[in-house]
Amino acid sequence: MQASSRLPLPAWIDKKVLGILLVFVLVGAFTALASDRFLTEGNLENLLRRSALFGVLSLGAAWVIVTGGIDLSIGSLVCLSACLLPWLVVEHGFAPPLAVGIVFAVALVIGLLHGVLVARLGLQPFLVTLCGLLLYRGLARVIVDDRTVGFGTGSSGLRSFATSSSDVLGFEVPTPFFILVTLAVLTAIVWRRTVFGRWLFALGRNETAARFSGVPTKRIIVASYVVCALLAALGGMLFVLDVNAAQPTDFGNFYELYAIAGAVLGGCALRGGEGSVLGLVIGAALMQVLRNTIRLVDALPNQAEYAILGVVILAGVLLDESVRRMTKARKRG
Amino acid sequence: MKTLAARGISKRFDGVRALEAVDFEVSAGELVAVVGENGAGKSTCMKILAGVLRPDAGHLEVDGRSVVFRNVVDAGKAGIALIHQELELCDNLTVADNVLLGDEPRRFGFLDARLALERARLALASVGLDIDPRTPLQELSIGHRQRVEIAKALARNARVLILDEPTSSLSRGETEVLFATLERLRAGGTALVYISHRLSEVERLADRVVVLRDGRLAGSLARHELEGDRLLTMMLGAAPAAHARGLRRPPGAEPALEVRDVGTRLHARARVSLQVASGEVVGLAGLVGAGRTELLRAIFGIDEREGQVVVHGREVAPRDPRAMQRSGVAYLPEDRKHEGLLLTASLRENLSLAALPRWSRFGFLRSGAITRYATLACEELRIKNDAISRPVADLSGGNQQKVVLGKCLALEPSVLLLDEPTRGVDVGAKREIWERIRALARQGLAVLVVSSEFEELAALADRVVVLSRGAVAVELQHVQLDEATILDYAAR
Repeated sequence: MQASSRLPLPAWIDKKVLGILLVFVLVGAFTALASDRFLTEGNLENLLRRSALFGVLSLGAAWVIVTGGIDLSIGSLVCLSACLLPWLVVEHGFAPPLAVGIVFAVALVIGLLHGVLVARLGLQPFLVTLCGLLLYRGLARVIVDDRTVGFGTGSSGLRSFATSSSDVLGFEVPTPFFILVTLAVLTAIVWRRTVFGRWLFALGRNETAARFSGVPTKRIIVASYVVCALLAALGGMLFVLDVNAAQPTDFGNFYELYAIAGAVLGGCALRGGEGSVLGLVIGAALMQVLRNTIRLVDALPNQAEYAILGVVILAGVLLDESVRRMTKARKRG
Repeated sequence: MKTLAARGISKRFDGVRALEAVDFEVSAGELVAVVGENGAGKSTCMKILAGVLRPDAGHLEVDGRSVVFRNVVDAGKAGIALIHQELELCDNLTVADNVLLGDEPRRFGFLDARLALERARLALASVGLDIDPRTPLQELSIGHRQRVEIAKALARNARVLILDEPTSSLSRGETEVLFATLERLRAGGTALVYISHRLSEVERLADRVVVLRDGRLAGSLARHELEGDRLLTMMLGAAPAAHARGLRRPPGAEPALEVRDVGTRLHARARVSLQVASGEVVGLAGLVGAGRTELLRAIFGIDEREGQVVVHGREVAPRDPRAMQRSGVAYLPEDRKHEGLLLTASLRENLSLAALPRWSRFGFLRSGAITRYATLACEELRIKNDAISRPVADLSGGNQQKVVLGKCLALEPSVLLLDEPTRGVDVGAKREIWERIRALARQGLAVLVVSSEFEELAALADRVVVLSRGAVAVELQHVQLDEATILDYAAR
């Protein structure tokens, strides 16, 4: 499936994944050396939990990016679902399974809306989801009237999806990590082993050629936006279950950018048709490790968080581009 | 003295000769027509004259002085302008903005709006256009837009106008108006170079006709020498002889594909009806803009269409390529890079793309079966490859074209729609593809093939349908096929 399958490696590991893995290890090693708080069990468990939550969002973003589109509404949808869940359960007494179902149903409608506007009406994905970004946060603020909502001391059964952990070889692995692994494996299977996945990547590479070959491109695009919205809603619910409170004015702010940056760092090309599940999971984790690094290493001022993230992502993209040019030049020569 | 002259210009693309030692000249107040078959080198020659391309050998002269054009800007400064077949104007700007684009009159760095309007009005008047320069361009007809483009060239003091197929998308009325404009420009001393497939137009307008064939100058005829078949004979080389091959459509065969009164958006009023029987290859001939590609796309359901398409006796719904595929129709598009292939994807992935559901169980791919088909297709179509996991971008044009054909054949179709199946393909691969298509027809496939090459039609088709302005001009049996007849009908 990947051009790099020429390498004597299994198809699901490509050069890009090796690159991001290397950066991940280097950043980790640097932080471990620069701060003695990095390798403590509490920090690692927390890091794994955050990485898993953001990984779910990156996974969703990647479905859309592979088609050549973009979803900027992820952060606002995180906010909307994070506010809806406690609002339904705590303030309106819905049974948790029903409340979760309602949130997913809302996400389904939103995903369908995005997909139909993009695929059937031919609107720009950037524009459609930018409007979504404004709309869903606005909705969330209206629904809970700008109040902070949360579960207080209740709903511990539901909250355990985000807060609990299991002992794996003496290490406490948080439940969201298992959720992410399950979703990532499912995504990898669909991408690599099904007709649908092959069609998805084909349309990302050349939509016209795919359409002329009889691929139902519009349906696939709609499906991708639906998957993205569902995963954003799942992420939003897990976030609010984890931190136990959501304030609609800023909950999930910028999360779409973390999600997209993670996917891009992990090898998803914004022009579409490229991406690996393993790469984007590492990419999403790298974003969280970097934030952790900035917080733990005293030499790095906390105020510079965004600036440092921006520089690192830009460096990653530049590195990727120069590698691409070098391979191209070598092929020609 | 000649306003513009080319002396012994040659040009090669990737080692393939496009032009060889061509001489050309045009004087003020003269209209020189350039004719030749597709691929004869007309466009290359004009692009060199207009500074778009640089010749490998030979040089250009303006007013008798040797010049070198590094780009179109240089040529523009020397007073030479190329009016492309597809107009190069900005829809979103006004007529005046378009006419003066890149050459706006300025005062203290700001646009001098009043002077701009004045100059635009003047330029428009010189092409006989009486419209408000502030009209948005998108409100204009194609014919008007073309004259705006000419006005744009004149506003830049163009003394040589090169027009590439200017009437290909004009109605008859618009064509007449354009001719009148050209007559006026000629009388005013502009040198005109006119490229056209339509011999009747050439015979009517030209002071002199220059004929190109296979990249060389085949000859030049003055106006009074244009009589009978002389021009056509010169274009084609020897006087065209009919190819005889004795292929016959099986008598009494039911049509596999039936096209009933199909119309496309390009030619809104024209309708086409035709039939293709199993085992038969039908060629679709015509000029650029005749609507051949549009017809094929409409049949396959990519674009909207009027009329009916019947496959094996059953009507297929419009705008549904998958339904067409299910009824046994496969389509090979014209532009393999943009419409046919996933360039960065592997051979295996490209070959299997259209028929993936065939090699799946409950939506999961059967990887072994796909690899088997890809390997088999490479062998059968003689696609040269070291590995089916290599990206198709690494392949030659001929092999890429075979991959697109292999992708169609993976569907095991009973009807094939082919659009220029050997465009930009080397001679060896071309023969192989032709052989393959004939073999498929012998196996009972119905084939409808669009081609601009007479040689291809002669090699493949049992019958040729000639389209002109979106309608069937004539239908020729194989024994009646000759290039002159096809061109003659196509240009009507």
